[in-house]
Amino acid sequence: MSNVATTEDHYTSTGVDNRKLMMWIFLGSDCLFFGAFISTYLVYRNRSLAGPYPNEILDIPITTVSTFVLLMSSLAMVMGLSYVQQGRQVLGRYWTLATALLGMVFLGFQVYEFSHFAHIGLTPRTNIFGTTFFTMTGFHGAHVTFGVLWLLIFAYSRLAISFKNKMLIVASFISVVVAMAGLMMTETLDVIPHMPFSIAMAVTAIGLIGTITSLYLLKSPDTQPEIVSKEEGNLELAGLYWHFVDIVWIVIFTVVYLVSAKDGAPLL
Amino acid sequence: MTTISYPTFIRRPNEYVSGIWGWLTTVDHKKIGTMYGVTAFLWFLVGGIEALLIRLQLARPEGTILSPEVYNQVFTMHGTTMIFLVVMPLSAAFFNWIVPLQIGARDVAFPRLNAFSFWAFLFGGILLNLSWLTGDAPNAGWFAYAPNTEPQFNPRNGVTYWILGLQILGIASLAAGFNFLTTIINMRAPGMSFMKMPVFIWMTAVVNVLIVLAFPIITVALIQLQFDRLYGTHFFNPTMGGDPVMWQHMFWLFGHPEVYILILPAMGIVSEVLPTFSRKPIYGYSFIVFSGIAIGFLGWFVWSHHMFTVGLGPAANAAFSVSTMAIAIPTGVKIFNWIGTLWGGSIKINTALLFSVAFIGMFVIGGLSGVTHASPPSDAQQQDTYYVVAHFHYVLFGGSLLGLWSGVYYWWPKFTGRFLNEKIGLWHFGIVFFAFNLTFFPMHWLGLDGMPRRVATYPEGMGWDISNLVSTIGSLMLGVGVLVFLYNVVYSNLRMPKTASNDPWDGRTLEWSIPSPPPHYNFDVIPDVKYRDDFWYTKYPELAHNTHGGGSDLESQEDHDGDHADIHMPDPSYYPLFLGLGLAVMLGGFIPFTGHWVVCAVGLIIFIWSFLGWSYEPVNG
Repeated sequence: MSNVATTEDHYTSTGVDNRKLMMWIFLGSDCLFFGAFISTYLVYRNRSLAGPYPNEILDIPITTVSTFVLLMSSLAMVMGLSYVQQGRQVLGRYWTLATALLGMVFLGFQVYEFSHFAHIGLTPRTNIFGTTFFTMTGFHGAHVTFGVLWLLIFAYSRLAISFKNKMLIVASFISVVVAMAGLMMTETLDVIPHMPFSIAMAVTAIGLIGTITSLYLLKSPDTQPEIVSKEEGNLELAGLYWHFVDIVWIVIFTVVYLVSAKDGAPLL
Repeated sequence: MTTISYPTFIRRPNEYVSGIWGWLTTVDHKKIGTMYGVTAFLWFLVGGIEALLIRLQLARPEGTILSPEVYNQVFTMHGTTMIFLVVMPLSAAFFNWIVPLQIGARDVAFPRLNAFSFWAFLFGGILLNLSWLTGDAPNAGWFAYAPNTEPQFNPRNGVTYWILGLQILGIASLAAGFNFLTTIINMRAPGMSFMKMPVFIWMTAVVNVLIVLAFPIITVALIQLQFDRLYGTHFFNPTMGGDPVMWQHMFWLFGHPEVYILILPAMGIVSEVLPTFSRKPIYGYSFIVFSGIAIGFLGWFVWSHHMFTVGLGPAANAAFSVSTMAIAIPTGVKIFNWIGTLWGGSIKINTALLFSVAFIGMFVIGGLSGVTHASPPSDAQQQDTYYVVAHFHYVLFGGSLLGLWSGVYYWWPKFTGRFLNEKIGLWHFGIVFFAFNLTFFPMHWLGLDGMPRRVATYPEGMGWDISNLVSTIGSLMLGVGVLVFLYNVVYSNLRMPKTASNDPWDGRTLEWSIPSPPPHYNFDVIPDVKYRDDFWYTKYPELAHNTHGGGSDLESQEDHDGDHADIHMPDPSYYPLFLGLGLAVMLGGFIPFTGHWVVCAVGLIIFIWSFLGWSYEPVNG
């Protein structure tokens, strides 16, 4: 049944599925991966010899919004898994898709933040704050990206039954990108000269409406899948991973945006 | 199942593919174990040649065989090769072969992931050694201290090869770690509770916990160093606020658990060999298990003893000194347990037992010199001298390698159905044991006499000439000893008959209950385990104490002979090979040579293609 089972029976010593057990072990290992990056960031706090320093550049309100988005994606993940486990495949997949889209919105905020920082003069090369900040949040973003791909493949695997549905899925992705572009325009007024705030907000609104509409129009198949338990298992693994990555972000948000937001030039 | 169509990339080969493709596509833990062993032994020959070059250079004062630059490359690659390409994969070979057999499983939890680990290890080793062809091998020592590895001091590509090679080897070890932990926790035969597992399984579990928790740290450290070297970040660059000591912390936070990753498998092997040839249960099973866990746990709190001379201050030095000395306690417990196992046993002396007993002696010497480093004042004298070189060769060669050789002689009949020749084996043991001490014991004197390690040569009249010459003669003899072992392997394969029975040593654990070599499905019937050393009490139910009750159910084996058509083993797969290749090519493409992004892109394509193919690969039966 499963791609990885070695024998025909599913006896395990602990009663826990092999893949689920391995996912927990992997997450334990990943804790030390992020632990090493976060420790490096903390050790190097207040040691930048040149600006921009955290207190000049970190924008707590906008990151609070992106953090909220990521936390809501965890809620969507719980809903998705719950519906799939109840056998309500259609709703389960909508929520899974919503999880992935919220993850993409979070990534959009990160793209905006990185480009904004680079624009006002903070790159990984600039100072030790840039070095530690970009690598830590960048590898977190890479984890989110992997999770988004995983969830999209899951959601797509049963919704993509007709040409129309495939097009609607693509449309929903594009709408998210448009919404993100709109959000970025509101903040990069000096990049695109004479861009009125109202136009930027309009683009954002169009993107959001497009996203909601395309998801609403997505029709799902009525047939029930033959192998439900494997799919449940896959989504449960993805869910474990997704919640873990969210928790890591809570730590990073606390460490970077709350604890060290007032860090300035080193006191020599 | 057959009604579901999967997108297929290449057709999955069926179970009975043979010849070279049988090896390239195998997911059988026994074949993978064999490939690990053979590959690691070839790297052992490479690392051994590098060692002999070092010793020839140092045989006389003012040696001129190697230039200082090449000398740096040779000792760096010797250390890196012996640790990451020899001792770790040799241990992995035993994990692969023995773990499923001892816990009564038909394979590991994730057979394809297991194959991937091997291929990634192979290609990672090749990438690391490709640096020789560029004339620009890594030259910064196996711990690659910053800022010596920073781009302004080490601008050529050697260290970059080292970073990316180790990154691939780390991924291979992590994948294997996830796999073996899952296997041990989840695939034990019914009835085999944790405290009924053989000691080797316990030590494997501890080692894999260490791998799973320690390797992410070196992964991050290597990423940081790579970013410093290639993309201009400042992690270890003091002119921009970075700190080279940070590298030392990161490296040794990985590096100290790593030394237990190297020694604990050998301790597990010795804990299997001694009871078998003493015909007694292991003395103090719970003590030996918990002291193994204690070593693995305490190993996390001692890393700064590698940094006593950095100047972390008296408080830090004192704390790490105490924690380091504390490790001697569980280690000593183990030593006494092994001696207690031998004590009063009806001992059968053969090559496997001799290697195990020699392991105890040599490891005690290496351990005691280790305790002398645990004291910061004495360590300040010994830091960066040959005394340290003597210490870690006593624990890594006298410890790990002798233990692994003991395992080779012990399990060889199980692996191949043939015995290794005892007479040649005794010569092998005698030469290696004598030559090992001849090579490394004088290094204690050299170090206390002030000879620094990692110097390409030394002047005359320092009083170091004779010891160095003796050491070089010993190392050449050691080379002869290794060749004798190689001869024994060839001799066994060509001349020794396939006479090994299921249970040639009157063993205690489950692997001896099945034929030698085992069928590819291992167990006709998954055994039902009632006791620790279950197989022993099955053979000798009268030895079971009252608390143990009667024997268990292995007798049904015969009834099921020829009835194994319904045992479904996973089919072979091409994807582990390609996934490992894609990973190595992709990461190799980060090394900045002309057109390297093209190589990286090709690797990425291979990687994604095999990843998708792997995910959608249909499952047999």
